[in-house]
Amino acid sequence: MQIVWTSTLHSYMPIFVSFLHPLQQSQFLFYCCLISLSSLHAGKALNRPILRFQSSSWVRTVSRTGKSRGPEEPRIGVFICHCGSNIADIVDVKEVVDFASKFPNVVFAVDERYVCSEPGQALIRENIRKHKLNRVIVASCSPRMHETTFRKALEAEGLNPFLLEITNLREQCSWVHMHEPRKATQKAKVLVASAIAKATLLEPLTPMKFSVTPAALVIGGGIAGIQASLDLANIGFKVHLVEKTPSIGGHMAQLDKTFPTLDCSACILTPKMVDVSRHPNITLWSYSEVESISGFIGNFKATIVEKARYINKSLCTGCGTCASKCPVKTIPNEFDLGLGTRSVAYIPFPQAVPLIYTIDKENCLYFTKGVCRVCEKTCPFKAVDFNQQDKKVEIEVGTIVIATGYDLFDANRKPEYGYKQYKNVLTNLEFERLISAAGPTGGQLVRPSDGRAPKKIAFVQCIGSRDILTNPYCSRVCCMASVKQAHQAKEKYPDAKVFVFYIDLRTFGKGYEEFLWRVQEEGVNLVRGKVAEIYRKPKDENLTVLFEDTLLGQTREMDFDMVILAAGLEPRVDAQQIQKALKLSMSPDSFFLEAHPKLRPVETHIAGVYLCGCAQGPKDIPDVVAQASAAASQASIPLIQGEVVSEPTIAYVDKELCCSCKICESVCVYDAIEADETDEEKRAKVNEALCVGCGSCAAACPARAITMYGFTKEQISKQLAALLTEPT
Amino acid sequence: MTEFEPVIIGLTCNWCAYAGADLAGTSKIQYPPNIRIIRVMCTGRIEPEFIFDAFRMGADGVLIGGCHLGDCHYQEGNYKTALRVSITREVLKSLGIEPERVRLEWISASEGKKFSETVKSFIEEIRRLGPNPLKGAPEA
Repeated sequence: MQIVWTSTLHSYMPIFVSFLHPLQQSQFLFYCCLISLSSLHAGKALNRPILRFQSSSWVRTVSRTGKSRGPEEPRIGVFICHCGSNIADIVDVKEVVDFASKFPNVVFAVDERYVCSEPGQALIRENIRKHKLNRVIVASCSPRMHETTFRKALEAEGLNPFLLEITNLREQCSWVHMHEPRKATQKAKVLVASAIAKATLLEPLTPMKFSVTPAALVIGGGIAGIQASLDLANIGFKVHLVEKTPSIGGHMAQLDKTFPTLDCSACILTPKMVDVSRHPNITLWSYSEVESISGFIGNFKATIVEKARYINKSLCTGCGTCASKCPVKTIPNEFDLGLGTRSVAYIPFPQAVPLIYTIDKENCLYFTKGVCRVCEKTCPFKAVDFNQQDKKVEIEVGTIVIATGYDLFDANRKPEYGYKQYKNVLTNLEFERLISAAGPTGGQLVRPSDGRAPKKIAFVQCIGSRDILTNPYCSRVCCMASVKQAHQAKEKYPDAKVFVFYIDLRTFGKGYEEFLWRVQEEGVNLVRGKVAEIYRKPKDENLTVLFEDTLLGQTREMDFDMVILAAGLEPRVDAQQIQKALKLSMSPDSFFLEAHPKLRPVETHIAGVYLCGCAQGPKDIPDVVAQASAAASQASIPLIQGEVVSEPTIAYVDKELCCSCKICESVCVYDAIEADETDEEKRAKVNEALCVGCGSCAAACPARAITMYGFTKEQISKQLAALLTEPT
Repeated sequence: MTEFEPVIIGLTCNWCAYAGADLAGTSKIQYPPNIRIIRVMCTGRIEPEFIFDAFRMGADGVLIGGCHLGDCHYQEGNYKTALRVSITREVLKSLGIEPERVRLEWISASEGKKFSETVKSFIEEIRRLGPNPLKGAPEA
């Protein structure tokens, strides 16, 4: 190799500069070069004068003073967890204990079956007392799992909770190297050595406390959002419920009966909708969308866009004159999935909340052709206002509940089933609208092709669910929905022949299996077999279903008048907007990811943001309501506590070293670091309330004046050295 | 002669790639133990010098894992990383270190499989490249 490496990169400056020139075309790139170069330049020169940038105004000669690190000489205790057999079956924990106890600052090292358990925590506390430990290392599961638990153990002994370091021997060692126990043990030693290296440099940190805005934002006005809003409002907090469509109610409002009790969906839902509209603590933002969200737990700011309805909501009484006078009445009604029609001035369904009409601008004669205005002339309350504009409102809330629901799987993606090609192939949700007394046919279950009553109906399961070509997951509600719909079909037409084609019938809930028995006794035929294809008979629009009967082991064909596709549930297309605004994580199936699948099922990784309903994954109404109440309960905790503590792992500027270059100011997207106007030299200062601890400023600082607590340059450097030293 | 076993340093952000590595663990997706991970809150914290330090101290490769572009928990830390890493690679090249020894990947919290696949393919690539050319070089 031509270049001999030296411990300082300082002497390579000419190489870097020669590299710089061609890149100067792009100002931003050049600026980034500066950052990386300058941090290189500042490099290894920690304990001697640092000279920076050749521009005279930037020259500053300082020396880093020996700042006190931690409370006193480190006395480290190392606790290595067996995690039952999860770690100990692979990693030789005794060997790791021996290895750890040889380090100079380690005064105590031990292994324990479950460090997180009560005896495990007692062991930590006892040894903090006994050995006067001032640093604790727990080598166990991921720090994302039990960091808070162990911090509390330190706190209980009067030790600063940030003098804890967790190293991940389970998720990132024993569980991923299960067939290489020897190498896993060596790696475990290296990881523990790295933790020890970092622990010697840990400093006590004090979290800051912030007050909490006593209000919550609920996004989505389906049954999940309604339940969460009512619960939060009943606890006593102000709730902003934002719904995208002109009415709350969501998918549940479209259903006719609910399984397995056959409650009328409207009868149980609409009173709750009315409760929402009348609750003094709830502000309902219907026909509105959340545009942006900023801030953090306790202090979120959200911008809501209230779309123009072209009808003044305070004047509209919902009398419906505008709709009845409107000359355009042939718009496919979205609520009825296009099976019925509506006027341009409309409410989605008669029980809509709020009962305010909306003018559909896209199809309005006045907006498209500049003529008409009949609604304006005929409205008895002068509520029509063609000059209305979208309105932006900024609200402040302490916590956020996401209840954005689901999209029905688009059955067109499975063309072999003929949806939209054959008139008598419908989805399960369309069936609900057909059989609903408030639906387009007034509750008559008839064939769309000719309006005749069907004599033979097929329900086809798993459309877009349990299918490697579309969604691999089970949508959980379709089996019971189809069984219920089969029952309803039999109820309407007792002589009709009803078949359900299934892969597995999953009737797992309370009273579900009993309902299935009942439906079988009513004469519904259950056929185990996946339907391969549906053909149409052009003469009479009848349908032939080709399927494999897996119990008989035969491929068969059967004719039907009508086929109902049990389309599955999918993440909402527009959920991504919320995901981007809040930086939430998604599961592999693209539903929102909970903080822990078992122990934190309604929290997200973003503090103060909670999940409920089908936004988190497919579930039926009982589960949605239970989860919504759980989310409301979780979201009320910070509101009740009235204050939240922030992570103290934030940036700190050493004024001695700051050269007032303002690079940090330009990289911080939170405006959390800026020139201190009270300082003569305008050196940088961190706003501790705004700093989120990402560390971008520390990485960019050419003077290395910024310390990123919890992730300092020195700590990471020591970790690197430890990780790159082979254990003996 | 025993086969060359590369030592890889992983620098991963807490929210995505580290969580993805955790998911690989929970899902018991196996990969070779050559990688040793340091957790930072955001890849935006990663200074080019961490990478240079890693090579100076003998690492054969550095894998940086962050959130997908647009998904950064801190809005745009990963964009800064992308730029810093591309420049770091150029500097490494001028120092005689193959830029392929630094890999930047976007791995979300749900991509446990992607994490393990990335680690495996990176180890193979480093195996092809051979040991860090600085190993054994005198410290000045």
